[in-house]
Amino acid sequence: MSAAPTNGCSDVLIAGGGFAGFALAIALRQALGANFSVTLADPALGQTGRDIRASAIAAAPRRMFSALGVWDAVAGEAQPILDMAVTDSRVQDAVRPVFLTFGGEIEPGEPFAHMIENDRLVAALSAKARSIGVTLIAAPVADFTAEPSGMNVALRDGATITTRLLVAADGARSRLRERAGITTNGWSYGQSAIVTTVAHERSHEGRAEEHFLPAGPFAILPLRRNRCSIVWTEEAGEAERIVALPDHDFHAELEKRFGLRLGDIVVAGPRHSYPLGLWVARSFVADRLALVGDAAHVIHPIAGQGLNMGLRDVAALAEVVVDAVRMGLDPGDSTVLERYQRWRRFDTMTMCISTDGLNRLFSNRSDVVRLARDVGLGLVDRLPGLKRLFIREAAGLAGEVPKLLRGESLAL
Amino acid sequence: MADRTIHSDAVAHATVDVAEVDRFSRLAGEWWDPRGKMAVLHKFNPVRLAYIRDAVCRQFGRNAGQPPCLGGIRILDIGCGGGILCEPLARLGAGVVGADPSPDNIKAAQIHAERGGLTIDYRVAAAEALAGGGERFDVVLAMEVVEHVADVGLFVRCCANMVKPGGLMIAATLNRTLKSFALAIVGAEYVLRWLPRGTHRWDKFVRPDELESAMARAGLRTIDETGVIYNPLTDQWRLSSDMDVNYMLTAEKARSD
Repeated sequence: MSAAPTNGCSDVLIAGGGFAGFALAIALRQALGANFSVTLADPALGQTGRDIRASAIAAAPRRMFSALGVWDAVAGEAQPILDMAVTDSRVQDAVRPVFLTFGGEIEPGEPFAHMIENDRLVAALSAKARSIGVTLIAAPVADFTAEPSGMNVALRDGATITTRLLVAADGARSRLRERAGITTNGWSYGQSAIVTTVAHERSHEGRAEEHFLPAGPFAILPLRRNRCSIVWTEEAGEAERIVALPDHDFHAELEKRFGLRLGDIVVAGPRHSYPLGLWVARSFVADRLALVGDAAHVIHPIAGQGLNMGLRDVAALAEVVVDAVRMGLDPGDSTVLERYQRWRRFDTMTMCISTDGLNRLFSNRSDVVRLARDVGLGLVDRLPGLKRLFIREAAGLAGEVPKLLRGESLAL
Repeated sequence: MADRTIHSDAVAHATVDVAEVDRFSRLAGEWWDPRGKMAVLHKFNPVRLAYIRDAVCRQFGRNAGQPPCLGGIRILDIGCGGGILCEPLARLGAGVVGADPSPDNIKAAQIHAERGGLTIDYRVAAAEALAGGGERFDVVLAMEVVEHVADVGLFVRCCANMVKPGGLMIAATLNRTLKSFALAIVGAEYVLRWLPRGTHRWDKFVRPDELESAMARAGLRTIDETGVIYNPLTDQWRLSSDMDVNYMLTAEKARSD
């Protein structure tokens, strides 16, 4: 990390040190080698314990992390999801009939997904990026101006960097997106997701559960060492109230929903609530600027697709930029960026529409809707072809898949 | 050297005129605006660049995936316009000479390359004048120019003279078929308005066998040819075995010399 402000050049400058930013930095550096400079700037570099969430890493992103050479470092901490169960119930229902089960393998021996704590994965990505010569700067981007020959970027620490391509990987409330004047389409669901970690007495045996309670989905996602990550949807005001409850009362609310199947439970970490919404940037690119991950789109976490979509952006942008640089083209050229946008924006809209539909269908108290969706889920369960399509879509293997997500390295 | 008369930059700079610089900046802007008048060329550029890069790397034993893969290779781009092809080739390490008969194009290309910090030797010259100078190149490019020259045989001979033994000439042009009349003239100029009307004259288009025999008469052996087709759904060009409209051709000069 740079100690003092420095002025200089970088072929690509990435703002934001989450999954997307680090994965892109590693992919570009691995493919284009030491002659191609990559800088990543994030004010929170090296700080841990900031993100209490865990993520489901589907098969395609896992192959991508393998291709980037970081999966081995986290594999020991990743909990395979061996089984998934979906139920549709009211909180007070003692028995929640299971309407949909998914065997957890996409190919024999390859689990459908792994659960991993975000902090651990980002730490592994960061270590990899550092080891292959990505320049890391612990400061935010303050301002930028696109010139025909390059983008002049001012960092908050006073440094200026000239780059050919600036990438906004700075999350849902992207300051770069806002600064570029790119607006978003979308809406808030008026719901928040309460996230926390629970330790329990009995083994979860790798089973993920999603209970469609009337306020929205309540997901139990298995972690290593008899723990689960909870993603618990409530109306926004109710979520605020629940998170602010004294520990004892919070525990009681949680237990009502979690049930006693895994024995006694203990809340084993901090709790936060995250407002839920659906936003898509009106454009994924501007002059010498590309948006990736949550900066480009935020969807409802109902199907666990947010990280998946972000990594698809990264894999597509990396492939487009690597192809261009290998032809001597300027990676910030608008023809290059248009190719990225064409590749990703349609896919994103499709995913937004389908997750939005799922959430509207499942966040509903009407018994009629409940009956209809139960019949629907029952039908899906009885049609193996359709279920397989659902699994493959959820695992991120449908559509025109970028090389990295097929597990192919861009390096030669 | 023929180009001495052309290298009058010192004079041009001494009499520099702000309005003139603005005019050439605007012209450079037009050449380099991917959504502007040259949009088709920008969309076509990646496919021809990849073709040139791969052909040159094969011929000179380079690894196309490892920039700067064209390091030390001297390339002449005839009819370089605003430098859309010259600049990427220079970034890949090639020593590039860009030639164009239009002084305006050359000034625009110089301004753009200078802004991007690239060193490219731009000259106002036609192929005949350059050939007279006796310079030799590893690769001579005639991309989208054959269909505009008055005498294809003479033009190819001039280009061939400038290719070193063991070097390449690569050409891209339009075939003379009914399909090319429909697509390149009626489609591109009248329906889609990609190009100004009158950009191309169909009777000047050259069939691959005609170009090949012109190459052969000039001592160049054709070693590769490919069609290039446009997919309107993806708005992208790609290589194809269909040579009815756009095609590219690589020819080699024998090594023995």
